[in-house]
Amino acid sequence: MTGLALSHFTAAFLFAVFASVVFGITQREGMRDQVRYGAYCFAMFIGGVIAAGWVMWVIRH
Amino acid sequence: MATSRSKSATAELERSSPQPLTAMAVVAPAVGWLIPGAGHLAQKRWIRGLLLMVCIVAMYILGLAMNGHVYQPNSGEVLDILGFIGDVGAGGLYIVSRAMDYGQGMIQHATADYGTKFIIVAGLLNFIAAVDAYHIAIGKKK
Repeated sequence: MTGLALSHFTAAFLFAVFASVVFGITQREGMRDQVRYGAYCFAMFIGGVIAAGWVMWVIRH
Repeated sequence: MATSRSKSATAELERSSPQPLTAMAVVAPAVGWLIPGAGHLAQKRWIRGLLLMVCIVAMYILGLAMNGHVYQPNSGEVLDILGFIGDVGAGGLYIVSRAMDYGQGMIQHATADYGTKFIIVAGLLNFIAAVDAYHIAIGKKK
C-alpha cells in the first residue's frame, strides 16, 4: 500500500497552514492579532521551505 | 485616557493573579486533549474550537493517509519514546488509531516519513491547544 503521495511542497504547505492556524489561535489574543500572527507564522514556514530549497540547490550545484 | 489605562492595568492585574481552580479548569484541558478543539468548544469558543479541531484532525488523518508511523509506548528506543510522547498528545485520535492498528506499516518512501511527522506534530499542537483551553478556563486568556 503506497498511501497518499503528496509532493514535498504540498506536504510543507499543508503543514504550514495547519500549524499556523493553531499557533495564531493559541499564542495571541484578539481576532486581529491572531490572524496577523498566523499569517506571520505561515510566511515564515513557507519562506523557510523556499530558502532551504535554494540552499540545497546551491550545495548540489 | 488615564482612566482607560488604569482599567486595563487592573484587568491585567486580575488576570495575572492566581485564580480559583474551577471544574472547567480541569475538564477543559482533559476534554481538549481527548477530542482536539473540544476544550474550546466546551467554553463556547466556537470558531476557535472548530478551527483547532479541523486543523489537528486533518493533520493527523493526513499523516495516517501518508502511511505515517504511529509509535508505541514500550519500544525502549529514546527517539521512539519521544515520538510516542508527540503521538499521545492527539488523545482520542491516538487511542483510536492504536485500537484499529493504524500506522504500523514499514516506512518505504519519503512522504511516509512526512506522515510520521504530521502525526507527531498534530499531537504536539493538541497539547498546545489543551493548555490554551486551560488558560481560558482560569481566566488568564479571553
